[in-house]
Amino acid sequence: MSTVVRTATEQVGEPLVNIAIFGAFVLVTLIIVFRASRTNRTAADYYAAGRSFTGPQNGTAIAGDYLSAASFLGICGAIAINGYDGFLYSIGFLVAWLVALLLVAELLRNTGRFTMADVLSFRLRQRPVRMAAALSTLAVVFFYLLAQMAGAGGLVALLLGIDDRAAQGVVIAVVGALMILYVLVGGMKGTTWVQIIKAVLLIAGAGVMTLWVLSKYGFNLSELLQGAIDQAGEGGEALIEPGKQYGASAMSQLNFVSLALALVLGTAGLPHVLMRFYTVPSAKEARRSVVWAIWLIGIFYLFTLVLGYGAGALVGPETITSAPGGVNSAAPLLAYELGGTILLGIISAVAFATILAVVAGLTITAAASFAHDIYANWLKRGEVKPDGEVRVARITVVAIGILAIIGGIFANGQNVAFLVALAFAVAASANLPTILYSLFWKRFNTSGALWSMYGGLISCIVLIAISPVVSGKVDPNTGASLSMIRDTSIDFHLIPLENPGIISIPLAFLLGILGTVLSKEKPHPEKFAEMEVRSLTGAGAEKATVH
Amino acid sequence: MTDTFSDTPETDYQRVQRSAEFQALRRRFRNFVFPMTALFLVWYFLYVLLSTYAHDFMGTRVWGNITVGLLFGLGQFVSTFAITMIYARWANNRQDQVAERLRRHIEEGSLDGGEVA
Repeated sequence: MSTVVRTATEQVGEPLVNIAIFGAFVLVTLIIVFRASRTNRTAADYYAAGRSFTGPQNGTAIAGDYLSAASFLGICGAIAINGYDGFLYSIGFLVAWLVALLLVAELLRNTGRFTMADVLSFRLRQRPVRMAAALSTLAVVFFYLLAQMAGAGGLVALLLGIDDRAAQGVVIAVVGALMILYVLVGGMKGTTWVQIIKAVLLIAGAGVMTLWVLSKYGFNLSELLQGAIDQAGEGGEALIEPGKQYGASAMSQLNFVSLALALVLGTAGLPHVLMRFYTVPSAKEARRSVVWAIWLIGIFYLFTLVLGYGAGALVGPETITSAPGGVNSAAPLLAYELGGTILLGIISAVAFATILAVVAGLTITAAASFAHDIYANWLKRGEVKPDGEVRVARITVVAIGILAIIGGIFANGQNVAFLVALAFAVAASANLPTILYSLFWKRFNTSGALWSMYGGLISCIVLIAISPVVSGKVDPNTGASLSMIRDTSIDFHLIPLENPGIISIPLAFLLGILGTVLSKEKPHPEKFAEMEVRSLTGAGAEKATVH
Repeated sequence: MTDTFSDTPETDYQRVQRSAEFQALRRRFRNFVFPMTALFLVWYFLYVLLSTYAHDFMGTRVWGNITVGLLFGLGQFVSTFAITMIYARWANNRQDQVAERLRRHIEEGSLDGGEVA
């Protein structure tokens, strides 16, 4: 009996089963990626999959791109431990899609070609605006990528039973190498298929587990909540009320409001999300993509609500927090509790596939931005052969992949969970104001764009650097550091705010107005006319390639 | 960049932009998406602020362990799905045909003297 309990807290499931199921996923996706790569000829094929995906396919891929390991493992764990406040987090991720649906997706599809910078530089001075947009794209991608790769280390520890740092590093390198292979060979087409397959597996797996959990409580949500409350013991009632995680002080409340702002405005400025809109043939398909994505993402977050409380009720918060992987282990432990080794193996494989798919999407975005914006348009001023650009993109993929592996190995075990929130804050501050101004504000000009983008980017990074997230946050009970810099003697934090959004987002919007109004740049009404007419009618928009 | 003095000949795109049909398309679009955006942002921040600062109200039990906060949260899902479907239906029925007609006019070069429709 005691051995059963011990194995349940130290190593659950059978690592070989987990690896075998993940291996099957890799094999199937590799075959599909190689088949898809046969039609990769032009830049439009490599960056935008020939614009040949349908709305439903792209919507599923968007869900696969967006539902990162952080949202699956992280939100399930947050709900299991903190209850309602974890749920609160997922709502921002969903509502944000309305910004993309109503204001961005279709207009962007109609005016751009491959990258976010295409749209931002449409009617402004090409080189400076492209450079700024590319730098902010690379910053967002870098933060997001590092967070995903660091998460991979924790997942390895949990799912494969590998505690040794060096061995974890090897697994991170294998995941990175696989990702490089997918993106190098398959381009956007291969990446998209990996994301579609992963989204279907993830949502189906979560759906089965959700029904399973609900069936244990007679499909009565109130009973499930009671189960979680009972399991949590003393003070368990707090699980169904707000404030357990963010309600501690006025500062933590303000931090949450700031985070909520960055989440809802950040999604429509995430470069890897924006790039997905170019993979469909028309604005109408871009709209269908977002409709599909919203349904899939929304339904998935409803599943996580049940799974989170289910993990709280059936596994229990103490077992979860003491497991290797901590909070992130809630969903895998619940899978083991419900379906034993096989279900755990499936969910583990899905979690790995999730990291792979998200990292692949980020990498192709960064590669496109570097090759198309910085190399072809900034460095070579557009005088470059299309296949030369794709060659640079492929080299960039390898470089970013290696960087991601090194970053992942170094960030393994570090406290870098804030990086995802930072990526959203940068997207909402540096990207969204300029996207909206250039689509909707006639007078907007180059200096407004540069002020807003650099102002948003720099203010986010500076505010994070001088916040307790980086240094000087100490757990009052244990005396251990909660910051990125673990050495408690190093403390250079100047402000108590942990999420920069509430300052940097309004600042970036304001700088866009100030930069525009204070500049003497002559307006170009003919360029605005072209952009506005094209954005709303689709005239002159990039067509799908025919093979 | 070319100069933009007032005597520069008007481009095709500017003619389309000036046309009544395009102006109506643009007005309908903005009259739909801007108020809708304001609506869901206000509703979202109302929810965020209540969850952050009105714990007692949001923690009120409505039925069993179902709290006001949970219902508000699920309400965010319902409103997001509803706005999505309302927008998609509206855009499919009201905007696409007009946009498509204007696009064909522009791409086939059948523009003259600002008369598009």
